[in-house]
Amino acid sequence: MSEMTRPATETETTEFTTPPSRSLGWLFWVCVGWLGLNVLGAIFASVLPLPDPLYQNYMAINASPSLHHLLGTDDLGRDIFSRIVFGSRVSIAVGVGSMIIGFGIGAPLGMLAAYRRGRLDAILTTAMYVFLAFPAIVAVIAVLSFWTPRALAKIILVIGLASVPLVYRVIRTATMAVATKDYVVAAKVQGATDRRILVRELLPNIAPVGISFLLVGIATVVTLEGALAFLGLSVNPPTPSWGNMINESRTVMSQNPWLVLFPSLAMCLFLLCLNFIGDRLRSHFDVTEVKL
Amino acid sequence: MLRYVRRRLAMLLGIVFVISVGSFYLIHLLPGDPAAVILGTGDTPANRALLYRQLGLNRPLVDQYFIWLGHILHGNFGISFISQTSVWSTIRAALPIDLELIVLSQILAFAIAIPLAMRSARKPDGILDRILGAGSFTLLSIPPFIVIVLLVLIVSIKLGVSNTGPSSYVSLGSDWVVNLESLSLPALTLAIGSFVIYYRVLRSDLIATLQEEFITVARSKGLTRRRIMWIHAFRPSSVALLGTAGVNIGGLLASGFVVEYLLAIPGLGYTLIAAINNSDYLLVQGIVLVVSVGVVVINFLFDFVVNLVDPRISRE
Repeated sequence: MSEMTRPATETETTEFTTPPSRSLGWLFWVCVGWLGLNVLGAIFASVLPLPDPLYQNYMAINASPSLHHLLGTDDLGRDIFSRIVFGSRVSIAVGVGSMIIGFGIGAPLGMLAAYRRGRLDAILTTAMYVFLAFPAIVAVIAVLSFWTPRALAKIILVIGLASVPLVYRVIRTATMAVATKDYVVAAKVQGATDRRILVRELLPNIAPVGISFLLVGIATVVTLEGALAFLGLSVNPPTPSWGNMINESRTVMSQNPWLVLFPSLAMCLFLLCLNFIGDRLRSHFDVTEVKL
Repeated sequence: MLRYVRRRLAMLLGIVFVISVGSFYLIHLLPGDPAAVILGTGDTPANRALLYRQLGLNRPLVDQYFIWLGHILHGNFGISFISQTSVWSTIRAALPIDLELIVLSQILAFAIAIPLAMRSARKPDGILDRILGAGSFTLLSIPPFIVIVLLVLIVSIKLGVSNTGPSSYVSLGSDWVVNLESLSLPALTLAIGSFVIYYRVLRSDLIATLQEEFITVARSKGLTRRRIMWIHAFRPSSVALLGTAGVNIGGLLASGFVVEYLLAIPGLGYTLIAAINNSDYLLVQGIVLVVSVGVVVINFLFDFVVNLVDPRISRE
């Protein structure tokens, strides 16, 4: 009994003594730093002093981590560290590229539908819900298996289009929450154009939700690309990607476990940082939570 | 209720229609002459004539769709020109493995998630809640294909547990003990992915439910904590859980594909990837259709069950 009542009182007292913190915390910035490092590495991979990720050094096969090969070499004598850095290019390109497509189409439609309502909203929302019920992962696998030869641009396009309904739903819900607020009505009364209301009043207010969903979306897409690469449906070897590195290493797993561990670790840390930043931003900008 | 079901049923039909058009059109995404690609090395005039009759390839696109749909509705998914077997018999042989895998993983996931969520919802921000919160958040960021690779690396290679490594699958009929052993790591992998989601959903829903007035009433009546948690708080909170479980099925199947591929378990995922690599496009098309429709129907059934648990939803 007493235990049941405790949670409520506990939260009350802590909120009275220490006001809800507006700081994002040090872990947030560590994650931002790590992501920044990853992105910089991916952009400047070819000018960094890294060994060629495709060069096969038969004198150093399955080498353990050393100063010469920071994370060791694989079963063909290729440098793992260099392959991980170059592999991040595929993951980041697919993650960012497909989200640009998804948000580029889904976000304006979602905002417009929530702002205008009426028939446009009804038609769009029904259509989007039909596509949302479609198992997106199966659809992506299906299209990529038929639409040969596979290329990075196709993967980005297919995943991007598959993400449109989900982006639409999130943005539409977020816009609906603010579309009837007093400041929007005030702007309308003052004679502001629809475009001005959408861009100047609504957009800044849904941006926090949008950005945190964008980060989680990138994490989801990177996972999906990894799974596709693992199944051999992403970029063709020898081009390194985190997923196909893990896939290639499974045959030599017992001799050289480093080969599995390092790309897995790179991927998990990347995803963890994205999810963490997204989660933090959402609670940071969640005004209702602070008010309570 | 009836109106709600009717509306959902109309939606279901719409979705199945879109899926059928999508699956049908896949063949036409193939580069060049689809017949040449589908036939592969079996491109003889006789086979070609058979395929043209099967798909109606020399007819307009709309006719082709209805010919194809007619075959499918009669249970005729066509004959694969690569393996010379009927597509439906291949799918029927693989499907039960996926179902077994999903059922096993869901039993495991619920068995772990429900008690833990009950525990941590009782003391939000307590030690257990914090540890589980951080732990589940971390697990959320580990993709299933990494989980299964690490599990195989540790359990079957380093610890040498028998019948858990790649290619150790035995069918349920021939030896159920070995069957369960060989499915233990895949089921665990899928269970981890589901557990994380179920735990987080049920926990936050329970915390909200425990603030409700009927819980205060139950408490003031002097009911035991166990009774309040399991009888009064669990049922209203299980609605979100069930809904999430229904939506989760699609992701579960995709994770299933990955673990089957790694361990060479001859389920739908393994068959699908093998078919893609063999350019056996009719088989790929059949699997895509069956899996998509299956997922949508399961989602629909879950919706229905959620409705029975919480009739308020259909009245909205």
